[in-house]
Amino acid sequence: MPRFTILAPTAILGYGFPAASFQQGLSHEPDLIAVDAGSADPGPYYLGSGRSFTDAAAVRRDLAVLLQAAIERDIPLVIGSAGGAGAAMHLQWTLAIIRQLAKELQLSFRLGSIHADIEKEQILNAIQEDRITALQGAPALTKDTVTKTTKVVAQMGVEPIQEALQANCQVIVAGRAYDPALFAALPMMLGFDPGLALHLGKILECAAIAAAPGSGADCALGILEQDRFVLRPLNSERSFTATSVAAHTLYEKAHPTLLPGPGGYLDLSKVQFEELGQGSVAVTGSKFVPESRYSVKLEGARQIGHRSICIAGIRDPIMIASLDSILNEVRSAVGKLCANEIQQGSLHFHIYGKDAVMGSREPRKDQPAHELGVLIDAVAPEPSAAATLCSVTRSTLLHYGYNGRVATAGNLAFPFSPSDLAAGEVFEFSIYHLMATKDPLSLFPLVIEDIANDNA
Amino acid sequence: MTMLRDIAVVLRSKNTSPFTYALDIMFKMERDYLQFKQRKLIDAQLIARLYALEPEQILDIIYFDPAMAIKICLPRSTPSGSPGDRDVYGAQQHAPLLDWQFP
Repeated sequence: MPRFTILAPTAILGYGFPAASFQQGLSHEPDLIAVDAGSADPGPYYLGSGRSFTDAAAVRRDLAVLLQAAIERDIPLVIGSAGGAGAAMHLQWTLAIIRQLAKELQLSFRLGSIHADIEKEQILNAIQEDRITALQGAPALTKDTVTKTTKVVAQMGVEPIQEALQANCQVIVAGRAYDPALFAALPMMLGFDPGLALHLGKILECAAIAAAPGSGADCALGILEQDRFVLRPLNSERSFTATSVAAHTLYEKAHPTLLPGPGGYLDLSKVQFEELGQGSVAVTGSKFVPESRYSVKLEGARQIGHRSICIAGIRDPIMIASLDSILNEVRSAVGKLCANEIQQGSLHFHIYGKDAVMGSREPRKDQPAHELGVLIDAVAPEPSAAATLCSVTRSTLLHYGYNGRVATAGNLAFPFSPSDLAAGEVFEFSIYHLMATKDPLSLFPLVIEDIANDNA
Repeated sequence: MTMLRDIAVVLRSKNTSPFTYALDIMFKMERDYLQFKQRKLIDAQLIARLYALEPEQILDIIYFDPAMAIKICLPRSTPSGSPGDRDVYGAQQHAPLLDWQFP
């Protein structure tokens, strides 16, 4: 019976994994090592700025182990959403680490890198040709938004990764990718069922997060068979259970049974989870339904300014009792002192201990704690304007003579000096749309590079 | 009166996109899940009341038998990471459900 074994080392490249788990995984003679290196979860900053939300030294440490294992065993290593957001800068950042490691470890291999950046021209054409659909909650895409967007990537499906595999690339670094595609591309090419392969990929992209107890820094093994797949833990501390796998199937998805991806969707309405003992779970019934019009998901980030913040505490019960009106009055006073900055930017108070996490949806906002944390969040087009807005808000709140005030020395407890911090550039997600395409391959160009480090 | 946290094995929130998040409830016991499903104990009115929203704002409530789970989809008040956002990952929006005392 044909089987295809996939070793998933960690939830995100750079999160690390125990050496023992990885060795245990290698002992099952995997046909593929695949790892997701990114996510849109950390927000628009990383895509817009070109920086990674993972640490270079940590990514390097993980890659050293993965590269050696893959080359030694002559199996492919597939890395997706390189550098976190998967744009060209993130891809180059990852490739530089790989080239350096290959040199140090004397490794030779064919390296394929797949670009996921989308030119604005392509998106403007797609708007013109009515090939853009807004995803739930996103506003309709306008030409103006596209023009003002700093960076756009698209999530690739299995096709560009299969192209790289067919070109005999052993190490494949993909830009932004649909996570399950990293795991499913090779087995689908070999004839395994796409529904099972993609569902397995959906679980393995988070590695041991789908086990119990879950961990973002441990390995997991997936075995794909003809009519089912099996998940196995690689650490005696964890097991997969029907509940843990079902829970992960639902994870961060808008619908439990219809999971859209590039070129089609996963239909999980008939899926079954069966515990096999020894921490293994078998899954059956996952189905892939191709769509007549192939669409890729676009992600775009736009820079809107710079941020300065100030963190302080409030312990005065008289002030806490009328904090809402105090903040309104301070906001209006700052509005007069910093009319320009407020108009072009934004000022937010996050009140920890009251409603900072849930805002207007907080059911207990009328029961604040005995001490509150205040985060002043000032955004303006230029760093200096953000600093001004933050500073004026801080000084106004510090000395504000509110109604009933007894403590006339100062309203805020600052944990450190300086009280204000520059927090860098601010981005927003400006594009989160589907783009229909006739050719899911040519959007994602492949670059092949033969790395030779023979010590002979 | 029992709180939802007493019969749930998973109760969490997480972004499903930069503009939406989902609340997932998974049950310890099949009979609790079936009772919830049969009586439709989780509906748009309840979620709207717990989250200070209008029932029309609730995007979806889906019962999923294979996982004995209920998924509730909500719009974010601010897109993930935009100025004024409070929870970039949307991972701490579940608390009102934990303490909900169901009839």
